[in-house]
Amino acid sequence: MKISIPHAAPHVRNPGKVPSLMGAVIVALAPVTGFAIYQYGWPALNLVALCLISAILFEALCLHWMGKPIKTYLMDGSSLLTALLLALSLPPWAPWWIAVFGSGFAVILGKQIFGGIGQNPFNPAMLARVALLLSFPVEMTTWIAPTPLLSTQAPGFFDALQITFLDSGLVDAYTHATLLGTVKTELAQGLGLSQIWHSSPLFSTGLSTGLADAMLLGSAPGSLGETSTLLIAIGGFYLLYQRIINWQLPVSMLGTLTLLSVIFYLLDPERYSHPMTHLTSGGVMLAAFFIITDPVTSPCTTRGQLLFGAACALLIYVIRTWGGYPEGVAFAVLLMNAMTPLIDHYIRPRRYGRTFRGKPIPAPLSLHMQHGGKGFNVSAMTRKQREPSVESTSQPATTVPDRTAPVPQAQQSGEHS
Amino acid sequence: MITAIIILTVVGALLGLGLGAASRYLPVKEDPVVEHITNLLPGTQCGQCGYAGCRQAATALIEADAPLTLCPPGGPTLVKQLAEALGRDHTDLEESSRGPALAWVNRDLCTGCTKCIRECPTDALVGAAKQIHVVLEDACTGCGACVSVCPTNGIVMQEVPLTLSNWQWPKPQQTAEQAITVLEDSHR
Amino acid sequence: MRLFGLRGGVHPEASKQRTAEHGITRLPLPNRLYIPLQQHIGEPAEPEVTVGQKVLKGQLLARSQGLISAPVHAPSSGTIVAIGNFPAPHPSGLPVCTITLETDGDDRWCDSIQGSDDPFALTPQQIAERVGQAGVVGMGGATFPSAIKLNQGLQQPIHTLIVNGSECEPYLTCDDRLMRERPAAVIEGVRLTAIALKVQRIVIAIEDNKLEALTAMRAAATAMSDVEVIKVPSRYPMGWDKQLIRLITGQEVPHGARTASIGVCVHNVGTVYAVQRALRDGTPLVTRIVTVAGGAIGEPQNLEIPIGTLASELIEFCGGLKKKAARLVMGGPMMGQIIPHDSVPMVKGSSGLLALSLKEIDDGPERPCIRCGRCVEACPVGLMPVEMAARLRVDDIEGARDYGVQDCIGCSCCSYVCPSKIPLVHYFNYAKGALDTRQTAAAKAQQTKELAQARQTRLDAQTAARNAQRAAQKAAREKQSSTPQAASSQTQEAEGQA
Repeated sequence: MKISIPHAAPHVRNPGKVPSLMGAVIVALAPVTGFAIYQYGWPALNLVALCLISAILFEALCLHWMGKPIKTYLMDGSSLLTALLLALSLPPWAPWWIAVFGSGFAVILGKQIFGGIGQNPFNPAMLARVALLLSFPVEMTTWIAPTPLLSTQAPGFFDALQITFLDSGLVDAYTHATLLGTVKTELAQGLGLSQIWHSSPLFSTGLSTGLADAMLLGSAPGSLGETSTLLIAIGGFYLLYQRIINWQLPVSMLGTLTLLSVIFYLLDPERYSHPMTHLTSGGVMLAAFFIITDPVTSPCTTRGQLLFGAACALLIYVIRTWGGYPEGVAFAVLLMNAMTPLIDHYIRPRRYGRTFRGKPIPAPLSLHMQHGGKGFNVSAMTRKQREPSVESTSQPATTVPDRTAPVPQAQQSGEHS
Repeated sequence: MITAIIILTVVGALLGLGLGAASRYLPVKEDPVVEHITNLLPGTQCGQCGYAGCRQAATALIEADAPLTLCPPGGPTLVKQLAEALGRDHTDLEESSRGPALAWVNRDLCTGCTKCIRECPTDALVGAAKQIHVVLEDACTGCGACVSVCPTNGIVMQEVPLTLSNWQWPKPQQTAEQAITVLEDSHR
Repeated sequence: MRLFGLRGGVHPEASKQRTAEHGITRLPLPNRLYIPLQQHIGEPAEPEVTVGQKVLKGQLLARSQGLISAPVHAPSSGTIVAIGNFPAPHPSGLPVCTITLETDGDDRWCDSIQGSDDPFALTPQQIAERVGQAGVVGMGGATFPSAIKLNQGLQQPIHTLIVNGSECEPYLTCDDRLMRERPAAVIEGVRLTAIALKVQRIVIAIEDNKLEALTAMRAAATAMSDVEVIKVPSRYPMGWDKQLIRLITGQEVPHGARTASIGVCVHNVGTVYAVQRALRDGTPLVTRIVTVAGGAIGEPQNLEIPIGTLASELIEFCGGLKKKAARLVMGGPMMGQIIPHDSVPMVKGSSGLLALSLKEIDDGPERPCIRCGRCVEACPVGLMPVEMAARLRVDDIEGARDYGVQDCIGCSCCSYVCPSKIPLVHYFNYAKGALDTRQTAAAKAQQTKELAQARQTRLDAQTAARNAQRAAQKAAREKQSSTPQAASSQTQEAEGQA
């Protein structure tokens, strides 16, 4: 007789596979990446390419060291996605070593050191971004105003190579503060928000509405992925439509952030930024659709995801408003990543026929009502009886129950006593 | 610098003293491990392990590193349980101890001497003098005590055959890495 | 009618079109039938016949024994040629005690088979008894003896009978065809079952992808005001009895209790059809309808076969294999069991026989879990397969039990949706097996302790009795010896005096 381990059901599978999931996310990021490259010119292209290439090389190296099949794991696309997310969270004209160091940090210390895909407790891209921010604060906060490709002020291809690889002084000519950075600095100097809007040359175009347009369409300075909130949202909706991500995480995060910012804005519009500012600036949209939806580092259950998203938004608002950094997305995500195992441990779905605590639910009262006169004790029956089988239309056609079918329990059944 | 060293030394010494005092003045009444292991053992006091009883065997398992397979009635299930409880490796032992076996009386050889009946620790053998004895499979623990006393070698231990009622799904064997390697090989 | 919400579930590709439009064909009588003695949950049946005996169709081959069991009848007339081990339709390929019947081609019914002109005149007890004698078991695959479920009406009040015609498994269309072709018989079976259970409400649930069956059943049920035929959404596992109960009544069956504890009973359409046959015609369960399908089958269709036909005969009748079958499955693709080869008999619970091609099974390599949570979303029970599998991978069976692995119904939704193709259900089967073994071992250890203690008490009592006896004997002896002494001293005295 052939001795081999038989396959258990099911015998058909959903066509979805891990590489196709990763691929779909990369596709969803393509519009915003393309637009960001257009907005920031050749140096941005260099940065994205460097991140992707170095991430693949580092991943291959790690897989080789660990003796894992390189081709299959590289092809799953997870390192590409990590690198792309990292690139989108970097300043557009960051020098080459920022990209390489970031990618290496994300792939090696963020992911492979924990055992590779699926094992990392923290989002690798956010981990790398925070490591870079803490290690190289100057380079990581050198923002530039958008200089669309082929426009007159934009650096040419060779200038771009100089900017990326030679650390020339070219960047200084283009630097600009981000909206959140400006707000933070100016508020610290005791100015009211309305004064800031008027005094800042960047925002002279108009008040919060015009500003929101700029943020939506991507003409405000920031990291690559902060540029066009609209395109990010489009990518996110594509993922939602493809059922790659759940609605719970983005909705709870954006909803909570809106709620908080509306409440505080109504309390004191001079001190607290407009809700639209919060939603459209910084990495909020990118985080809501692409970062916190990273399956590995977010909770599995619906309620866990709602909690996770809401807590992320709370932390972002707190860090932005009262913290030392103008932007808190990366920190908030990392903090909540650390909470994920705890959330998954305590927030579990209710099991069929049980209460949330796992105790059997009490038998419905209606039976007592209907047959109450007959002295029929449902709870006593419940305790005594064990369900011996699951009857379904299309259950396994075993003749002989496999041992999972509780045959001995059926014999104890109260029905025959 | 000096202050720090002194402080740390003093703190360390105090904590060490505290721990020493705790272990000396707050002793655990009885080793809970012995209790736990004794509970795992069948409790038949059959003596096949070479110790006086199950408690002694448990002590020996903990202190003298007696082999995990010392208890024949327990079978491989017990070996596994003991290995888990004692944190010892049992993988190499599994080969030697096969599945649980039950006593079986050869009707042609049984003389009805009742020696086995008197020996059986769980009263799993029934019969009377000059009558062929029968093993009650439900009660037999497979300790093998009856085999040695039978004057005609009429009792043998038979392994419980694998049937549909005791077959279990094994653990999925292929790990992710293996599966992927296999796939890559087949593509080559 | 208002339906209640559901949890989890998946939408696998139905793949039913090819067999659904093809009428039920009768399979020509095979030369040999292999009838396993255990085609149901519970104790195996006890053979009533001997090798060489001639039997008629419908004659009792093996009697039920124990509280939960079902008898087995001859599917055709012929001679018993063997009673012994034969491979069971089970993933392990292990043998099971099987009666081999060589058919004589006459297919002659046993004389004792007689129908009833008015089965509606039967009392609930009689219905349950006759169904039990006919060897009817749950035909959806669970194979629980139906008589026991019918008897529930006598023991506790049941207000609703749900007849499960959802047939949520992909590929399978045997219930669909049955409802389309024999709706009157099914409705009669439903009403007879309702009489046995003494219910007030009858609901027949049919998935919305079987509109023709729905129409046929509605037409057949128009005259009966007490029968509701309802359309339920197509979502696997709609056929899970507790899922249907939640959908239709809005209540959940408490954990560890039977469905009857909330006054509901669920029967499959195939089962109620068998009940009707047993009561109206008096025929025991000796045939069933099987869907033969899958990408490797030449002409997929529904067959009415005698129980005990080999799977190979079905495949041959359906045009053989047009390409290599990567997997042979008995039952549906979601919950069916793989069978090691095609020389296994079809049994009472075999709703389908699938020969799936390599393209269909689409296993792919197993990849590491990315914790995407799709399995949690898909689980109709509310378990967290991701957490349980992570624990079982390192043999932490206790950890998996803490996450409720024993509540798993093995519906395969989690494995189906897993993008990493992790065999989650296999892990849970393994855990349930290990927990079962552990439970058995614990029970055995407890029993051993009790037996050893009983023996010790007995030995102590014997020793005590022996000691008491000895003491009594000794006392008696002493008394005896003291008496002669006294006598002798008296004699001496007497002599002295003399």
